Amino acid sequence: MYYHNRLDSDFTFFQKVKNLDYILLSSILLLSVISVFVMYSTDGGEILYHTKSHFIKLLIFFPLMLVISFFNIKFWHLTSYLFYIAIILLLIWVSVDGIKASGSQRWINLYFIVLQPSELMKIGIILCLAKYYHRLKVENVNSFTSIVVSLSIIITPIILVISQPDLGTSILIALSGLIVLWLGGVKIKYFFISLVTFLISLPFIISFLKPYQKLRILTYLDPDRDPLGAGYQIIQSKIAIGSGGLSGKGFLKGTQSYLDFLPEKHTDFIFTLFSEEFGFYGSTGLLIIYIVIIIRIIKIGVISRSNFSKLFCYGFAFAIFIYIVVNLSMVLGLLPIVGSPLPIMSYGGSSMLATMIGFGIVLSAKINHRQIIS
Amino acid sequence: MIKENSSIRKEDIINRRMFVIGAAKIIIFTGIIVRLFSLQVDNNKKYLTLSDKNRIREWKLPPTRGNILDYFGNIIAGNLKVYQLHIIPEQVENFNYLLTRLKNLLQLSDKRILNILRLKKRLKPWESIIVSENLSWSQFVKVNNYLYELVGVKPVMTISRNYPFSDIYTHLLGYVSQPNENDILQNEIIQDRFVPGMKVGKLGLEKTLENYLIGTNDIQRYEVNAYGKRINQLEYQKGKQGSKIRLTVDTEVQKLSAKLLANKAGSISVMNIFTGEVIAMHSSPSYNPNLFLFGISNDEWELIRNNPLKPLINKTLSGLYSPGSTIKPIVALSALENNIINSNFKVKCTGKTELYDQTFHCWKEKGHGFVNLNNAMKQSCDTYFYEIARLLGVDRLKVTAKKFGLGEKVLGEYFENEKKGLFPNTSWKKNNLGKGWVLGETLITGIGQGYIQTTPLQLCLMTAQIANGGYSIKPKIIVNNKPFNIVEAKKAMEEQNLNNFNTQLVKDQKNIKIIQEAMFSSTNEIMGTSYRSRIDDPKYQFAGKTGTAQVKRISKRERELDLELEQIPYNDRDHALYVAYGPYKNPRYALSIIVEHGGSGSKAAAPMAKELFKLIIDRDDLRKKQSNFEEIDI
Repeated sequence: MYYHNRLDSDFTFFQKVKNLDYILLSSILLLSVISVFVMYSTDGGEILYHTKSHFIKLLIFFPLMLVISFFNIKFWHLTSYLFYIAIILLLIWVSVDGIKASGSQRWINLYFIVLQPSELMKIGIILCLAKYYHRLKVENVNSFTSIVVSLSIIITPIILVISQPDLGTSILIALSGLIVLWLGGVKIKYFFISLVTFLISLPFIISFLKPYQKLRILTYLDPDRDPLGAGYQIIQSKIAIGSGGLSGKGFLKGTQSYLDFLPEKHTDFIFTLFSEEFGFYGSTGLLIIYIVIIIRIIKIGVISRSNFSKLFCYGFAFAIFIYIVVNLSMVLGLLPIVGSPLPIMSYGGSSMLATMIGFGIVLSAKINHRQIIS
Repeated sequence: MIKENSSIRKEDIINRRMFVIGAAKIIIFTGIIVRLFSLQVDNNKKYLTLSDKNRIREWKLPPTRGNILDYFGNIIAGNLKVYQLHIIPEQVENFNYLLTRLKNLLQLSDKRILNILRLKKRLKPWESIIVSENLSWSQFVKVNNYLYELVGVKPVMTISRNYPFSDIYTHLLGYVSQPNENDILQNEIIQDRFVPGMKVGKLGLEKTLENYLIGTNDIQRYEVNAYGKRINQLEYQKGKQGSKIRLTVDTEVQKLSAKLLANKAGSISVMNIFTGEVIAMHSSPSYNPNLFLFGISNDEWELIRNNPLKPLINKTLSGLYSPGSTIKPIVALSALENNIINSNFKVKCTGKTELYDQTFHCWKEKGHGFVNLNNAMKQSCDTYFYEIARLLGVDRLKVTAKKFGLGEKVLGEYFENEKKGLFPNTSWKKNNLGKGWVLGETLITGIGQGYIQTTPLQLCLMTAQIANGGYSIKPKIIVNNKPFNIVEAKKAMEEQNLNNFNTQLVKDQKNIKIIQEAMFSSTNEIMGTSYRSRIDDPKYQFAGKTGTAQVKRISKRERELDLELEQIPYNDRDHALYVAYGPYKNPRYALSIIVEHGGSGSKAAAPMAKELFKLIIDRDDLRKKQSNFEEIDI
């Protein structure tokens, strides 16, 4: 028992390296390489600010992921609550003294990086709830106290994030949290009841939305109502993707992005640019890489002995899935525009940091999949 | 063990729920791929078109107008390369400095500078501002010398309309200039091809033939970015130059007409008596149409507008004159045709005729004595024509006059400003003035005074139709009257010579002969009014009739004074007219001359005919050769 309680792993460095999931790792690496080339294309075929910055971030965060993976999963189990609380504190810092940009206050300046704590919370909430449900006895899962506790774990960060305001990220945090509740065994009845309640209260929620958010929903329902204003982004995005065809216009030849018709092409609309230049084949290929990543993460969850690892892996796999689905649905005109980046591909340090931390913990779970956490 | 058990149970729950999510994931991913497929494969064409619409923009350039040629193929309205200066604001570092430099180099006015600054505010920074539309060569060289200092300035070569013969064709061709709102709204073709800097016809044939002359735009296709900035040129589509239009006019004759009328107000028209081709048509004074191309300056405009000789009026087509004695051939012809008189009919001229207390004077105070038709025409005896007009009556006279083209437009739709003139009769007066016709009015109509108004080209057509033996002709100014397609035009030309002789205007050919002989006598026999302007050489010999149209009723006192021309104020002087055809033995051409306030027709107008006929007949042979001109390029 003593053995198992040690925080550092019993494996040697080489054993750890050997135990890494190389399919997952190479998929992530492949995605990173693609993302650098796509970023190079958004810069108009030159190595400019975005390309350099994205590349440097990968150079830092990819090794960071490996470092994280070399810590025993027990360490991450132990520090889960701490991690969550730290991010809550950062979010409070944001609301007190954050950096404002285009009407919202989402960032803090840490001098070496401008951090968006809400992105980290996407991982933090999974980590925290995974630990909570790992420790919770099966009998108590549907007890009043545990549901209240887990809901407050979800609602606290959401209140902080939504007040920034940042609807997109708060929805993603909520979904990431709820999936752990689902996996943890909360009664389906409860989910069903809350879904119905949500749908009924939807009109009231909408009335509380900010005007620009309402406009986005209206635009989603009918993009052509204001083609040069609110509908512009989605129309141009559809044109770009649609004009890509089967095999795309070719690398650096996407006219929609090259001639600045595409908005936000570095961040939320990065897939649009990729899809325009590489077509249906390229897009499907990219999607397959993501599917491989998700499947590998789930597989790690399956072989893990501890429920913490399982909950985290399944939860994180679902989170990645949700990020991709929300982002792609948005650029394909299937969902209203909510700011949500595409993991690894989109430009943005905090998002990449969070994703890499998540991958790191997943890899740690892989290395230590026999580890039992009491 | 209990712990272990619960742990296993929990693992089951987790895995079971994971399975549910996994299924959901597969469905959702499939949905996304289906959506991708529908956008990229099913609707690829639609979005590709939209994407091209986004990025490709067309720029139209001004079309090149078709040339207008004279009968011999000389360009009388062509195109010239001009040098322009453009500024591209986004390339300029210091705009005000640049403007000061250009102001000094090109002597730009302050008003122009203000205008440029206004343009700069209105246009996008990459759209060029035209500083000068027409740089002289020396200015162009100057700017090119300093070009390295003038960043953002672009010298441009473009094409502009040009009238090489300056003012001699102005009233015929008109001119082009910037279109105004009306020009654009009224013509769909202009609307379609309009681009800033384009010129359209404002007057004359340039206006009426606009749709043939205009040509199609050159088109530049550019790739543009989201802000409309041109990134690179994809294609340059050359437009088609407008149709080439060949006129029937002869520049040499036109030049001589202009020379003869220099510093006078008046008009000369020359016509082929068989084909109706207008050989020359000049209204004097004229003005330089090239002045209008780049916007005429106020001073120059005022100079033209305030000229007392009225250069802006096309006197050949819209000048309305009393024909005076030039109407007499028609009066005599009408009387013969209606069997009122025969050629031996005589009248005694005492110098005046009394009718109901009114005295009608002959121009010759002493009278001509007994005159027959030939003599009356020759000496232009007014009394004779009072008498035959009285016998004939104005209504019958009008029938004949109308047949010969008086009171109708000659060139029809080709000139917007052509006037119909007026040949009165009893019902006209009743309908328009509400009064009954008075016999005295018939008398003065008989000598071409009173209500009667004719244009110089009508008189020319009238003479031509007398000269050709009394056949109707259809006057034309464009070689292929219908400039629509080559086949039609050629066919029309071939048929023309036959068709023109279809309508005979007189009942008895002998009557025309009598009139022709009288006109011959008038020019070639002693006592004839234009005897002094005759040419004895049968090759050039012509027959004509003078006319002197009063512009003001002559009072008794003035008649007694018998003033010399110089003693009368300019605006009170008589108009001098002359109509003629030649050569007499084998007539081919007819002409009409009018000199406003020139005094008597025999002194001011007839001598011009002498010079004209020499040239016209000399050029007749050349013209015949030229008629095989195969190049009817429309």
